[in-house]
Amino acid sequence: MTALGALIRRDIRIALRVGGGALIGVLFFLTVVVLMPFALGPDLPLLSRLGPAILWLGALLASLLTLDRLFASDHEDGSLDLIVMSRTPLELACAAKAFAHWLAAGLPLVVATPVLGLLLNLDVTATGAVALTLLAGTPALTFIGMIGAGLAVTLHRGGLLLAVLVLPLSIPVLIFGVAASQAAISGELSFSGPFSILCALSLVSLVVGPFAAAASLRHGLD
Amino acid sequence: MTLLDLANPSRFLSLAARLLPWLAAITVALLVVGLYLCATAPDDYQQGATVKIMFIHVPNAWLSMFVWTIMSVASLGTLVWRHPLADVAAKAAAPIGASFTFLALVTGSLWGRPMWGTYWEWDARLTSVLILFLMYLGLIALWRAVEDPSRAARAAAVLTLVGAINIPIIKFSVDWWNTLHQPASVMRIGGSTLDRAFLIPLLAMAVAFSLLFVTLHVAAMRNEILRRRVRSLQMQQARGYASEVPAGNAPSQIAGAAS
Repeated sequence: MTALGALIRRDIRIALRVGGGALIGVLFFLTVVVLMPFALGPDLPLLSRLGPAILWLGALLASLLTLDRLFASDHEDGSLDLIVMSRTPLELACAAKAFAHWLAAGLPLVVATPVLGLLLNLDVTATGAVALTLLAGTPALTFIGMIGAGLAVTLHRGGLLLAVLVLPLSIPVLIFGVAASQAAISGELSFSGPFSILCALSLVSLVVGPFAAAASLRHGLD
Repeated sequence: MTLLDLANPSRFLSLAARLLPWLAAITVALLVVGLYLCATAPDDYQQGATVKIMFIHVPNAWLSMFVWTIMSVASLGTLVWRHPLADVAAKAAAPIGASFTFLALVTGSLWGRPMWGTYWEWDARLTSVLILFLMYLGLIALWRAVEDPSRAARAAAVLTLVGAINIPIIKFSVDWWNTLHQPASVMRIGGSTLDRAFLIPLLAMAVAFSLLFVTLHVAAMRNEILRRRVRSLQMQQARGYASEVPAGNAPSQIAGAAS
């Protein structure tokens, strides 16, 4: 338990330091959202209608951007080999690393959502709904993305391959995240239905992600 | 002959050489029979002649899921039993499965145009099959991104098993979400709702397409084994070439980089 706690503390500390790159995700999120009005035109009713989708898409792309570093930097300096060889079960170590990554890179996206919601002309309910769905959904993005990060690091290929592998798997999260936000805004459809499925997706990825990533690290590293 | 006997690639190659002509002949015969049955099947009272798209669409859709299931079993073979032919089977099946999925999507959209009035609808079944197609392409991209086959095999096996979660979602999507795509009508509890006049050609085509898959898969596995042999021979040649030339020469460095 202390080993896992130390791993989480270490990862967060590295991520927040110079060169860690966790907050670049938030900056990218901001940039993507700011780009949208340029592409769609400064039409406030349209922006508020598309707002939840834009925020979800931005969060998905931003979380994808930072995933590359989840295992790669540890692989470069050799600490990943130590983690694999240590007595702590690799599945738990992977889960701890992903949790730390979510705290450092995923949670800031949720915190930034209200500010970005203002830019997109979202009212309080809509902003709250998007922030809540992102809070429930970003763990799924991190834990699904960890599978891709684990594969990419064993193959010495990051970047585009990671995106191609991870994006199809994260489509369901996007679908139910946006569906729940839209339901909360329109008030016509039930919010709890898609929101429960979103939480279920997060919980399933919480189980599947560490095992798949640990399997790929165990079989792939040499 | 057990599965373990096939672990020897040479034995598999000789078996494939004996089986392939028969498999190909049976596949062609079944396809001819199936297509004849499709051509003579009556028109639907509502859909007219477009119902015949079903005879191509449904077998392709079944196989798109079936091939991923086969690949998942093969991936277990790679990760758990380290069966030497398992990753060959998984790699050879991926492009075939992608083709079946693509054909299912195309025929479905051609059928959807006259029936639903649209080529594409973002309903659960169509979306999940499209995700399956993207996953096939991602898997092929993974195979192509890595040079060393055994390293790529283990990564692809993990990805295949993760992607297998999508298969039951596709299968039951039409029952879970009430959407445009019709619910299961052939393989369902309480028997098929399909009329015999349509059911028999459909089953004939399903068997024919399954055998087509088996034939293509065995041939693709044979090609993959031969391709790997060519690769290892080339590497041996490059290594021999590198040891002949004195160290420090430019050619040896190039050959060394390739090995």
